[in-house]
Amino acid sequence: MSARRIFAQPARYGAIAPYLWMVLFFLVPFGFVLKISLSQTAIAQPPYLPVFDFSEGWTAIKAAFAQLSADNFRLLISDSLYISSYLRSLAVAITSTLILLLIGYPIAYGMARLPQRWQAIAMMLVIVPFWTSFLIRIYAWINILQHDGLLNKILLALHLVSSPVVWLSTDTAMYLGIVYSYLPFMILPLYATLSKMDPSLLEAAADLGSSPRQAFWLVTFPLSLPGVGAGALLCFIPIVGEFVIPDLLAGSGSMMIGQTLWLEFFTNKDWPVAAAAAVALLVLLVPPLLLYDRLQRRTLEGGR
Amino acid sequence: MSRQSPEIDIAKIDTATPVAPAAAAAMPLLRIEGVSKKFGSFRAVDRLSLDIKAGEFFALLGPSGCGKTTLLRMLAGFETPDEGRILLGGRDIAPVLPHERPVNMMFQNYALFPHLSVRDNIAFGLKRAGMARAAIDTRVGEMVALVKLEGMEKRRPDQLSGGQKQRVALARSLARRPKVLLLDEPLAALDKKLRESTQLELMELQRRLGMTFIVVTHDQEEAMTMANRIGVMDAGRLEQVATPRDLYEAPASRWVAQFVGDVNLFDGEVTSREQRHLTIATGDGGAIVVAEPSQPVTETAVSVAIRPEKVKLSRHGPASDAGSSQAINRFEGVVTDVSYLGGSTVYKLKLDSGAVVRSSMANAARLDIDVLSAGQRVVAWFAPDDCVVLER
Repeated sequence: MSARRIFAQPARYGAIAPYLWMVLFFLVPFGFVLKISLSQTAIAQPPYLPVFDFSEGWTAIKAAFAQLSADNFRLLISDSLYISSYLRSLAVAITSTLILLLIGYPIAYGMARLPQRWQAIAMMLVIVPFWTSFLIRIYAWINILQHDGLLNKILLALHLVSSPVVWLSTDTAMYLGIVYSYLPFMILPLYATLSKMDPSLLEAAADLGSSPRQAFWLVTFPLSLPGVGAGALLCFIPIVGEFVIPDLLAGSGSMMIGQTLWLEFFTNKDWPVAAAAAVALLVLLVPPLLLYDRLQRRTLEGGR
Repeated sequence: MSRQSPEIDIAKIDTATPVAPAAAAAMPLLRIEGVSKKFGSFRAVDRLSLDIKAGEFFALLGPSGCGKTTLLRMLAGFETPDEGRILLGGRDIAPVLPHERPVNMMFQNYALFPHLSVRDNIAFGLKRAGMARAAIDTRVGEMVALVKLEGMEKRRPDQLSGGQKQRVALARSLARRPKVLLLDEPLAALDKKLRESTQLELMELQRRLGMTFIVVTHDQEEAMTMANRIGVMDAGRLEQVATPRDLYEAPASRWVAQFVGDVNLFDGEVTSREQRHLTIATGDGGAIVVAEPSQPVTETAVSVAIRPEKVKLSRHGPASDAGSSQAINRFEGVVTDVSYLGGSTVYKLKLDSGAVVRSSMANAARLDIDVLSAGQRVVAWFAPDDCVVLER
């Protein structure tokens, strides 16, 4: 096929672009990680064995393949450190997502019912924190939460407590940080669904005998479920792998999987185990991702 | 648990018999008394009063922005009047919330619940009324049959055509057997053919159910086809409430005459009055003789309205025997424009006096030898009885 024909049919070949992107920036790097996860640690550069050397010929590559093993994955299962950090990650992600939903839904609902002019302003207010670096914002929280921080000063000044409360390095601080950081990701998809909703549907519900509360649960809420799903997964998935917030705000008692990964990679220099943990995390996130995909597809089909 | 409001007679399944006690005949089902609604400084509805009797098919007709939809929404309870009262069956419904009113509305965009099937859409209001499951099934079945949607019960709104959606919306709003059904531009989203057949179906349905329908429309043909009575609205006020025939043949004002149908208007002054006939000198030079209206004309400055189909046209004028009557208004002029519309042809004439007149002639015969064309000199005439005298 000549280049001219390819350019003559841009529509057909344009469809390749996203796949090319996926292969180049997801599948190939993932292949590297998968390969490292099946390797063994070594005091070498890079710090694992075997290393594929294509200059040595076919037999060397076959030998290198033979050396790969699933030992690291066996370690992940046998060592309770990994299982407990996975479980903690899931627990933190589920709890945070629920809190985010409880806080984000009313905010998004309120935003969607504002006069048109105010909606844009409210939207700005939700997005404005992004203008400051995420790390600086977390450090600001450390400042607020520390022993002689703003929060304790206010509480003491109001005589609500007699001595400073330990906020920092607790799960409370971590949840605060997570909910604070991820709230826009919950609000925006919810707002998108709620603001699209036809107000005459609520009038129809009222006309057919629903009280405002019934109308909410029978019409508004079911119709906002795609937004709920999108918001929840948009928060849940990255929170499972969250590293910075628990590292800076939570105590050192128990770790989330992101922290364990970091530890293996940078402190223990055990790239293969870190890679195995990363692969396992990805596998763990596949079911919710598939769920998200199905939800999206269903809304798309529903919209037809 | 009895959430069932007394107005919705859920137990009454058979459709035909509307309750019509003797007292109801005296008191209109719906009485609107001096109702106003302001949005900011804009008066959408302006001290409007109207009575609607039980079993009527009433149309609110007017241009967009005339306040007809606002009035309908006040009846449904989505807007509260700033002043005045709305009485339903003699009871002031101002404090009654929308979901407690024995009134249902069919929305212009249908407002079907997209996440519910046809069946569940129709059953929605029945469930809220606390109707028993079996009774709901029966009622939904009736409604589905009524709007001829058998076999579609499980479909979602997005799997339906425009006409089918319209039927679901109608079935849903009828399912609770409201005392009054409000229809907001019910046919606006349908194409012309479907709209015409649906108009007839709505009329047939209303007659069979004996329900009171109030329909809001900007389409005068639709209003005239369906309604027993029409209220023509402009700028928040009712200009005229009348039967379709009276609205067309005896408009109450220049505005109504121009809004409903096509009309020729001549401004002039009454110059003489004799034998139940008025002579009106028009500014364009000609004098028009009109029949004296039943309500005496008090002012001298008047307008004469004549519908185009009442203006006859030919090359030589009326046949001599009919033309001998001095009461005939006869003008000469030139055809300037001819529009062939199938059933009729509309001619635009410029009279020698300078006035422009439209005449509509039925194409009664397939082959017309005496076809008039632009540039031809013709005679136009109309009878005094066909003129309407309106105060300016």
